Order: sequence, then structure tokens, then C-alpha cells
Amino acid sequence: MNSELPPLDSLECVWAKPSTLTDTPMHYCPGCGHGVVHKILMEVIQELHIQSETIGVAPVGCSVFAYYYMDIDMQEAAHGRAAAVATGIKRMLPDKYVFSYQGDGDLAAIGTGETIHAANRGENILVIFINNAIYGMTGGQMAPTTILGMKTTTTPEGRDTETQGFPFKITELIAMLPGAYYVTRQAVHTPNVVRQFKKAVTKAFQYQKDKKGYCLIEVVSNCPSGWKMTPLESNKWMEQNMFPVYPLGDLKVDGKLTEKKS
Amino acid sequence: MSNVRLMKGNEALAEAAIRAGCRGYFGYPITPQSEILEYLAREGREHGMVVMQVESELAAINMVYGAAGAGARVMTSSSSPGISLMQEGLSYIACAELPCLVVNVNRGGPGLGTIQPSQGDYFQATKGGGHGDYHLIVLAPATVQEMADFVYDAFDLADKYRNPAMILADGALGQMMEKVIFREYDPKASMPDKPWATTGKPPTRERNILTSLHIQPEKMEEINRCLQVKYQLINKDEVRYELFYADVAEMLVVAYGLSSRIARRAVEMARSQGLSVGLLRPITLYPFPYQVLKDLAQDLRNVLVVELNAGQMVQDVRLGIEGAVPVHFYGRMGGIIPPPEEILSKIADLGSRISTPQAHPPLAENTKNQSANLNSIFEIAKTMRREDEF
Ligand SMILES: Cc1ncc(C[n+]2csc(CCOP(=O)(O)OP(=O)(O)O)c2C)c(N)n1
Repeated sequence: MNSELPPLDSLECVWAKPSTLTDTPMHYCPGCGHGVVHKILMEVIQELHIQSETIGVAPVGCSVFAYYYMDIDMQEAAHGRAAAVATGIKRMLPDKYVFSYQGDGDLAAIGTGETIHAANRGENILVIFINNAIYGMTGGQMAPTTILGMKTTTTPEGRDTETQGFPFKITELIAMLPGAYYVTRQAVHTPNVVRQFKKAVTKAFQYQKDKKGYCLIEVVSNCPSGWKMTPLESNKWMEQNMFPVYPLGDLKVDGKLTEKKS
Repeated sequence: MSNVRLMKGNEALAEAAIRAGCRGYFGYPITPQSEILEYLAREGREHGMVVMQVESELAAINMVYGAAGAGARVMTSSSSPGISLMQEGLSYIACAELPCLVVNVNRGGPGLGTIQPSQGDYFQATKGGGHGDYHLIVLAPATVQEMADFVYDAFDLADKYRNPAMILADGALGQMMEKVIFREYDPKASMPDKPWATTGKPPTRERNILTSLHIQPEKMEEINRCLQVKYQLINKDEVRYELFYADVAEMLVVAYGLSSRIARRAVEMARSQGLSVGLLRPITLYPFPYQVLKDLAQDLRNVLVVELNAGQMVQDVRLGIEGAVPVHFYGRMGGIIPPPEEILSKIADLGSRISTPQAHPPLAENTKNQSANLNSIFEIAKTMRREDEF
């Protein structure tokens, strides 16, 4: 039977991982969105030929080891301080591309100050914001974006407003700031939304090149381990419970708020 | 711009930063050092420097992290409470081995404390300050001239060892005006290449990663070992201090920064009264001149440490003296600067008579300058007693 297969080098390559991703096997849990986001980000960097001009910042969270996988210069940042670190890099290297890659705890709890002020300064960086509504790295505690009623290790009865306040829609907040140029909410759990996400990333890098200012891409993502679900269950749960609170789509394009902004 | 100026310590420091080729300053206002940010906002931008007043000291130190990691010579400055906020970032910077300058114009604490001069942050500055085993290189100026000079030195040391350097000053040094001469300095000639910087990965090299995360215990221990080897080198090669009659004294006063100026006057007064006393002024607080103390201890009867705190450096002095002679302490806190007479009476209490009272050898120019300006220190302390600047 083997003899009937054509030789490997005669086969047409229809898919390959981007050369900007290393060969290191990822540590992410099966079904987690981080892997897809990493791949798309690196694919765009490869397609735009900006590998040698891009510096990434990965703060503490599940993606703290992003530099294992992304074959670009990277800095690891303290928990919450990615926007400040990215600012420092960008201000010294204004013609390079700088992005940060942050979780919801990082971006919207401990790092809220740095996040808001970087946006408000119109810092010319791209912020990728993974909203999985939970603290993945530390084992499934409540995040600022945890939705009401959602059970986590620190909200065993479900999040309630009386003790924990409301899910923090920081992306909506940032869209209101004049320094923010492009603000969008995406997902990566189906081929169709992955294509949308890729377009958003491409656009954001183009804006950065044109010195348009701050771009934020929120990715509503699953966390099968933290949510204690199978990957399939988690995607379904995300669509049914997360999307109503965090609806996908552009909130601000070309510095102008869209109707989606609620 | 002229090389000889009459300036406030804070302004001299800021001017030196421009001349040292500092490309980025990130800071948050706090008395008694806001003049550094203000001066740079005025003068630095003209020289192509990025000068940013940012949302907090947390942001400032992490911008320093990013900018230093991008290969630029950068700095921040603050005063005690703000420096406390920076400690997490400094620990990351030390572990990722990023060269930068951090200036602490020390004010009295704990808590919000006072805006008056203090040396209460000695422990924090010299023992690491944040979490983990690390050290900053710490320089302690005693004159406005040194507020400027040590900027070049601190940047050079930071680059040489890929280590954060701190200038530990205080409110009086920051506010007082003295003549300062800016020395010739060529930043380009003194800055090493930074092949480790994250400037974008060309195809010709592996990617650069700046991190302080090493999850394997063996790796983390190795990183720690490397840091410790570096600190040993720094301790071997970079100790700086100044002696004043210390080789012809039975009692040694040890003081740094502002308190060393007052102590120096007290030593002069004591010697003219026939007391056999000298002064050691540590200039680097880390590395600390332990060996100098050990060597001097042979010929001493006792030691008096003078600080503007409850007794911090005195512990290092005791480590250096190794129990050879008694080590006494005199300190004032809360922003009180003791007049030289107060220290003199302490010296007299403990003091030894010089067998034959001698006339003073003439003082070096620099020395004269240091004691001459004491009155201005007290004047400044008075004017700083304002409560609206917290
Ligand atoms: C100052 C500080 N506080 C707390 C932590 C512990 N910590 C690490 S990651 C994390 C939460 C991460 O959650 P998120 O940012 O949402 O990212 P995820 O792990 O979900 O990807 C916490 C609390 C830390 N490293 N530093």
C-alpha cells in the first residue's frame, strides 16, 4: 500500500504554521484559545514582513511564556504592567511595532491604571486582551470580567453584585477615550471568527504603522480547565453566556464609535 | 550651555542626566524632587529626550523596564513613598539585568511622613528593597556637585554591570543651591553595545527575551548564582569612600550624604579642641566599604555612626568593624537635621584627646565647600516646613 503514496516532496503544501512561531510544543490546555491567537498573531507578522521590527510584551498570566512560541524579541512584564512596559519600548523605538498580550486579570484588575492611561495617551501600540472571565494561571479564581452567577473558586456560589460588583466592560470604557483609535471585540472558536480576528490584527498593525494611536483587540475566549468543561462545552457556554455580556464586533473604528457600542 | 552653574541639587542632577545621554525619563511628581521632572520637561525635550509625567510610580518604573530593555539609557526619580511603590518593578529589573538609574531624594517616614530630609531609606536602598536576592548599586552624594557627577557614574556602572543603579540623596541636597561644574562627558564613548536589547529580531540573530521568570528551580538557582557573582565583582571593584583625618584618629565618625557634611564640621570642631577624631564617608552604600572599616579598626578606640534615621548604616559599620572596637550611634529622625554642635558633644562624650593639639593642615577645596554651606542646609530645611506639598 505504501508504495502507492506519492513521494512527500511532490505533495503540495496547503497549510503550514507560520515561520514566526517556534517549534516549541505549547503548554496551553487542550481547546484553549491562546494557541489560536498566538498563531494568528504570528501569521500576520509573517505576512506583513515585520518580524524584525516587532517587539512583544507578555505579562503574568497563562500567556507569560508567549516568548517560548513567538519568534520575535519579547519582554516579560510584571503582572498588570504590560501597557507601561510597552509604552517604555515604544517611546524609545517609535518606528518599531509593539504589542502587549494580556489576560483580563492583568489588563482589567491589577493593571487597570496602566491600561486606561496608555489608551488615553493614545499610545501607538496594539493591545491583545484575552477575556476568559477567569484567572487561568492561578487556578480559576474570579476575574473582573467574570459574569454574574458564574462559579469560580473564589465565587463558589456564583458572582453576585453585592459583594463582587459587575462584570467589568473595560473595552467599552476604553472605546470612549479619545486616545483609542481602534477598539474591537473578537473571538477565535470557529473558522469564521478566526478570519475576522485575523483581519482585525492586520488592520491594527497597519494603524500602528500609520501612527494612528492605541488599538485594542479583545478576544472573548474560553478556559476549559478553569471553567471545568470540555473544550466543546466551553465554546457552547461562551456563546450562550459570554457573548450576550460581551457582544462581538467593532466598538470604534478610525477613531469613531460604531453603533455596536452600547 | 555653560559648564559652571549655580544650581539646586535636583536641577544639577537633571542637567547631568541630559549631558549623560539619558534618552528617557518617566516619573510622577513628589516633593522634594519634583524639580527633576520639571527641569527635564523644560530642558530635556529640547535635547531629544522623552520626558513623561505618567500615572503612577508603578507605571514609571515599568516604563523604565521596557525602555531600558529596548536598549536606551533611561531613568526615573522619586522620593520615599514613590520609591516604595517601585520596588516590585526594581526587583524585575534587577533579575532581568536591565541597566537604569533610579533617584531617591529621601524624605522622612514611615508612611507619608514628612518632606524634610531623611536617611530613613538606607535599608531599602542597600538591601535590595523588593522581593528576592538582589542589590542595586547605590551612590550617596553629599554636594550638589556630586548630585551631577554621580549621574554619569551611576549610568556607567549600570551599563557596565547590567544592573539598576540608585542615587540616594535627600531633601536638603535636592533643594540647596551650590556651584556645580559639569565635566566633559561623551555618552557615546561610554555606552557599551547592548546586543541583548529587544530592538526587533533581525534574521541574523536569535530572538532576545528579557524575563525574570525561570520556573525550573535549577535554572532559577543558576540565575541567582550569576547575580551573586556579579555582586561579588561589584564589591571587589567599585567600593568608593572618602577619608578625612581618619588615618590620624583614635575615634572614627562614619556618616554619608547630608549627615556626613554635618559630621565633617563636627570633626573639624572636635579636632580644633584637641580631640583625636576622623571621618569615613562611604560614597557607595552598596557596595559598602566593609574592608576599609576593618583595616581602620586596628588603630581605633571607638566608632560613632551619625545618620538621619534610627540606626541603619550602623549595622553595616558593625559588620565591617567585626567587634574590634565599640560602635556607637547618634541619629535624628523625622526630618530633623542636628547641628554640628550636637554631634560634637556626642564626640566629646566618647572622645579621645589628641596628645598634642595640632593645627589643621589646610583643607582641600572640595572639603571647604562641603562644610561652608551648612548654613544653607539649615535654611532649606526651614523653608521646607510647608504642609501644602504632600
Ligand atoms: C503582583 C502579583 N500579584 C499576583 C500574581 C499572581 N497571578 C499571576 S497570574 C494571575 C491572574 C492571571 O489572570 P489573567 O490575567 O486573567 O490571565 P490568564 O491566566 O487567565 O490567562 C495572578 C493573580 C502575580 N504574579 N503578581
